[in-house]
Amino acid sequence: MYRYSEFDADFVRNRVAQFRAQVERRIDGSLTEDEFKPLRLMNGLYLQLHAYMLRVAIPYGTLNSAQLRQLAMIAERWDRGYGHFTTRQNIQFNWPALRDVPDMLDALADVGMHAIQTSGNCIRNVTADHFAGASAGEVADPRPIAELIRQWSTDHPEFQFLPRKFKVAVTGHPDDRAVTAAHDIGLRLVRRDGMLGASVLVGGGLGRTPMIGKVLADFVPLADLLPYLEAVVAVYNLLGRRDNKYKARIKITVHETGIDEIRTQVEAEFAARKPLFSGVDQALLAAITAQFAPPDFAQEGSGDFAAAYGGDPVFRAFVDTNTAPHRSPDHVILSISLKAHGATPGDCTAAQMRRVADLAQRYAYDEIRVSHEQNLVLPHLPKRHLAAVHASLREAGLATANIGLVSDIIACPGMDYCALATARSIPVAQQIATHFEAMKLEQDIGPLKIKISGCINACGHHHVGHIGILGLDRAGVESYQITLGGDGGPDAMIGERAGPGFAYDQIVPAITRILTAYLALRHGPQETFLDAYRRVGIAPFKEALYGDGAAGQADAA
Amino acid sequence: MSAPYSPKVLTANALLEGDVVYLAPDGGWTRRHDQALLITDAATAEVHLRDAAARVHEVVGAYLADAKPGPRGPEPLHFREVFRTRGPSNYHHGKQERA
Repeated sequence: MYRYSEFDADFVRNRVAQFRAQVERRIDGSLTEDEFKPLRLMNGLYLQLHAYMLRVAIPYGTLNSAQLRQLAMIAERWDRGYGHFTTRQNIQFNWPALRDVPDMLDALADVGMHAIQTSGNCIRNVTADHFAGASAGEVADPRPIAELIRQWSTDHPEFQFLPRKFKVAVTGHPDDRAVTAAHDIGLRLVRRDGMLGASVLVGGGLGRTPMIGKVLADFVPLADLLPYLEAVVAVYNLLGRRDNKYKARIKITVHETGIDEIRTQVEAEFAARKPLFSGVDQALLAAITAQFAPPDFAQEGSGDFAAAYGGDPVFRAFVDTNTAPHRSPDHVILSISLKAHGATPGDCTAAQMRRVADLAQRYAYDEIRVSHEQNLVLPHLPKRHLAAVHASLREAGLATANIGLVSDIIACPGMDYCALATARSIPVAQQIATHFEAMKLEQDIGPLKIKISGCINACGHHHVGHIGILGLDRAGVESYQITLGGDGGPDAMIGERAGPGFAYDQIVPAITRILTAYLALRHGPQETFLDAYRRVGIAPFKEALYGDGAAGQADAA
Repeated sequence: MSAPYSPKVLTANALLEGDVVYLAPDGGWTRRHDQALLITDAATAEVHLRDAAARVHEVVGAYLADAKPGPRGPEPLHFREVFRTRGPSNYHHGKQERA
């Protein structure tokens, strides 16, 4: 994986030293909050409902064991002994004291990590497929491109004050596990005539105006990608609205200007900028790519895997649910669920982080991934070690076999932590998970993505959940809107609103009615919820939610 | 005639820890909602809000939140303010663990 150069290391240390001085000046009264706030946000420090929150970037979701152990140390020393993995491959610490934050940032810098550009109107942490470099059927590992974009965008002088925040995601696999269509720029790596390049999507995003990204360019060769991206962001920087925060994202710029006009402007800008790229970016990309060379995958057979798989039903369920095919025989990709039934989605204790770090180091080429679905991944696990890893994860409460099932819910922190939230998300996720576990329906229901946001900003990606839940404040009471049929994959779709919202204590019964209806109408267990929804449409589910005649009242509320 | 003023407490987050605090009757800050000063007229509220905005070395983000009198002192009205009096619902962290 990528190692910081001396320049990177110096840059991050200098930033911590600057921030340390800024914190001191804030505490001694030399800086007001108005002066300090943009400075702390540049360094990932938010003030939330009950405390400060430090958001740390995990670029393209990749960690090694030393980094994960350091996150555990930080959680124990300066926080409450856990961290929260987010839907953008960041980790958040929910309880830091202001005075301690510079020390936390120094501890991050010790392992090549930082919190830069995890907030503010700049290019944010670049996310990627969490199975990158491991998945069977991948076109190319997206992480070298993501790292190149990270280096280019970090402190990019032209892009420090964009009209609004700017999120980039990269996938190298046709399955698109990075939700590229819901990003300001989504890159899908493709090969054309043997040449590697990217299909460039622009103007996707969720939030109050959800939109699926549009194709700006079918194919941009790798050599042109950085100047092309710079042209896109430059055009947005000039055209993007600064008069209205809610209309400032590039999705609105694209919508109001039209994709063809944007394309014309981007191409003109690209022609002007391309000659200024002397080729340094390509030399850099080559050097970065070399650092992401896959490990030398040992071909040592699958050991006692078959015996364990045949003999232990718990292990079998774990393997069937939590592993995915690896590019190399004798290996699997293992997803480690941070969604034990009743737990907070994405939360991981320091002890659990150390356990995963130890397993990665001992068995899995020292690599860990963080998924935007708030789970951890051992991307390269030899099959012969699976049983040992499973036993160890079980001891640590990390062997829940629910990846991709009803309890593998992604949920934003909601009003339990977030100052912007309009309702709680976490307890809704907890209740849905424990309810379906108690009913023993999880395996029967099969693949299902429930996504919960505690406000319209949609950090929980509810619009692209097969079932999306949006928590709102309706006249001083928590109310939850349901959307159905959303999808974050290669053919991304925004879900359709089912109708009026449900009270906090009615949301689990509502989800139960939807899933009972699904079980009754599906064409056998092979037909997933999403497939069934696409076949029958929303009407039977409205009927299940609202009773007689409700199916006819589209969007009454 | 204007509508009667609905009572408020003045709340903010403490600068150093980020804790939720309330303006107390003695002019200091309390962590407990039921020990907050219940403000019953708009003019007084405005004065306290301006004063809080000037106390930048103590608190961040001061605002007025609706409250009502209760047997032990002021009580919050909106659910967000109820959550702020105790902490998150998924762990016994925040104010509730010290209560």
